[in-house]
Amino acid sequence: MTATPFISVRDLAKHYVSRGTRLNILEGISFDIAKGEVVGLVGESGSGKTTIGRSVLRLVEPSAGSVKFDGTELTTLSSAQMRRTRPRMQYIFQDPFASLSPRMTIGEILTEGLKIQGIGTRRQRVDRARAALEQVDLPADAIHRYAHEFSGGQRQRIGIARALTLAPEFLVADEPVSALDVSIQAQVINLLRDLQQRLGLTMLFISHDLAVVEYICDRVIVLYLGRIMEIAPSADLYARPQHPYTRALLSAIPSPDPDAPRNRQILKGDIPSLANPPSGCVFRTRCPNALEACAGVAPQLRQVAPGHYKACIRDDLN
Amino acid sequence: MNAPTEPILDIRGLRTVFRTRGGEITAVNGIDLTVGAGETVALVGESGSGKSVTSLSVMRLLTRNIGSIAAGSIHFRSKDGRSRDLAVLDEQQMRQIRGDDIGMVFQEPMSSLNPVFTIGDQISEPLRVHRNAARKSAMEAAITLLEQVGIPDARRRAGQYPHELSGGMRQRATIAMALACDPTLLIADEPTTALDVTIQAQILDLLLKLQRERGMGVLFVTHNLGVVAEIAHRVAVMYAGRIVEQGPVAEVFRNPRHPYTLGLLASMPKLGEATRLKQDGQKLAAIPGVVPSLANMPGGCAFSPRCRFAIGACQAGVPMLESVDAVHQSRCIRWQEVGQ
Ligand SMILES: Nc1ncnc2c1ncn2[C@@H]1O[C@H](COP(=O)(O)OP(=O)(O)OP(=O)(O)O)[C@@H](O)[C@H]1O
Ligand SMILES: Nc1ncnc2c1ncn2[C@@H]1O[C@H](COP(=O)(O)OP(=O)(O)OP(=O)(O)O)[C@@H](O)[C@H]1O
Ligand code: SF4
Ligand SMILES: [Mg+2]
Ligand SMILES: [Mg+2]
Repeated sequence: MTATPFISVRDLAKHYVSRGTRLNILEGISFDIAKGEVVGLVGESGSGKTTIGRSVLRLVEPSAGSVKFDGTELTTLSSAQMRRTRPRMQYIFQDPFASLSPRMTIGEILTEGLKIQGIGTRRQRVDRARAALEQVDLPADAIHRYAHEFSGGQRQRIGIARALTLAPEFLVADEPVSALDVSIQAQVINLLRDLQQRLGLTMLFISHDLAVVEYICDRVIVLYLGRIMEIAPSADLYARPQHPYTRALLSAIPSPDPDAPRNRQILKGDIPSLANPPSGCVFRTRCPNALEACAGVAPQLRQVAPGHYKACIRDDLN
Repeated sequence: MNAPTEPILDIRGLRTVFRTRGGEITAVNGIDLTVGAGETVALVGESGSGKSVTSLSVMRLLTRNIGSIAAGSIHFRSKDGRSRDLAVLDEQQMRQIRGDDIGMVFQEPMSSLNPVFTIGDQISEPLRVHRNAARKSAMEAAITLLEQVGIPDARRRAGQYPHELSGGMRQRATIAMALACDPTLLIADEPTTALDVTIQAQILDLLLKLQRERGMGVLFVTHNLGVVAEIAHRVAVMYAGRIVEQGPVAEVFRNPRHPYTLGLLASMPKLGEATRLKQDGQKLAAIPGVVPSLANMPGGCAFSPRCRFAIGACQAGVPMLESVDAVHQSRCIRWQEVGQ
């Protein structure tokens, strides 16, 4: 992991109590993000991606663990201190339809955050909104219009513009392109990568689509049932996945290439319930490589190549 | 993967319209499509392109008084060998066909499952309705079906309610229900879109196996080109209510002849390719612009405002579906230059 991380998460845990049962949504989540780095968070539905993203920004309170942002411990900040730190980190939502108020003009939506923070005069705020619209390639006259007048891809651009008005250093983008059609998805992915490089943004990019993540991220974290299975630089992860879950996940993605080999490895069974997770390695009930020992203790993340970590006891797989 | 001789579904010139507050819109605009026995045909395209309206037209499940078939025929050959035009059948006749000759699976399994009945009751219902099966034998058949769709501990599951099953298991149950009466045609509208990839892989594998075993025709609606390559023999690409390209999947994906298909394939991030693109400092090839609104269609080729091959002649009239070869068609006047 990097020497001076911009974001540093250690032993993050989150549990909820539901009908008398304790659900360990997240356990032992540790990772770093360097300044200007884009880290992907992938996993299937319910694996805890959103909960991690929101915990890092303290939009939900972690049950345990530490989150450091540019050297400051966030989990113990007072709400006043937190309010001052907020503009430096922003969240982009998955659903471009639900996250924009239908009663506000785009101008009002874009300047709201600045207004709450008491930043600038009215004029200056409108100027910033105009600049943000330009950054996401929307026409300046959008400022007077309403969200329903825009297509899905345009609304997602508005969501991105809203996050940019506050000139954040860190973005959590939660499935920002999942609701979009492929042809539009590519436009928004290109835009996000462009902005990230131009503005030197640090980003946690959440997605269940491994191909999108490969394109946009420097490093990738693979999550299963609230536990990290593998962390690796993108190029390494896709070329040499080490964890049996990552391998299965990659092989499950249908390829449009008619010449691609169709030797899909199909995992049996369902994702276990959080109310009753397997002992030891949480993946073992579906793992094609599970041994008896896998039911023992939960495997820790171990380095298997430079910067490449996996939580699996087996070293003999290849 | 031989092309079967006689289609079980033969759609000709289908036009489906909706009455909306802003006036009448044409959601499906003159579609010709066939599905042979034992053949899987995928209908692919972006949101709003008319995929679901096409499949709802075949099943005659369009919202009454709002959506209607304005032109065309939908010839369907049922199990008894009779061929009838579904477009003109009455509801009584359609009810005999749905769930018996034609099975249906939708994106959201909960929309086809009733929360207050057990899984076993719901799977045995088509057998009781269409086959007059006795309750007990229908239930035994339901349990066998649940086993065939890969649900472990089928007897116990048959006694459970939909909310007690995971999403993937519910989709298996709706597939079992659709197959209960051994249909000749299965219509599946985005059956794996709501599922996780590892579960999607299970369901696609199951559908492939069932299709082979039973020799059904399958009309498979999806927006995922990867899923198409995985499951279908032939593909029809839709754009703004029309089929713009169709042919055998391998042929169309290897040698796309419509700029929209070419653009769709290029804009899809592909595993393993991104690392190379990144290293070369290249971008994903996005299609510029947005899909036109049906209420406000551009003249001529509907794709022309977004098309990098467009020339003046593209606006002159709606291009015809031209033959690239005997099995491959493109609705583009410049198909010979596309993909060269
Ligand atoms: N307030 C809550 N109370 C109880 N359980 C919760 C709560 N919020 C989330 N969960 C559970 O935590 C788990 C992780 O949820 P989370 O939304 O983080 O998953 P995700 O990986 O983002 O999934 P998706 O891909 O579906 O968005 C899920 O099982 C979810 O049901
Ligand atoms: N009940 C309805 N009333 C009015 N318009 C409708 C109705 N149902 C569908 N449409 C319109 O018909 C067009 C085609 O819709 P359809 O549902 O077939 O799209 P689709 O290709 O299945 O898209 P998706 O991928 O989003 O499911 C859309 O423009 C839609 O708005
Ligand atoms: S007809 Fe013209 S505008 Fe339409 S797809 Fe072909 S080249 Fe493009
Ligand atoms: Mg989420
Ligand atoms: Mg649809």
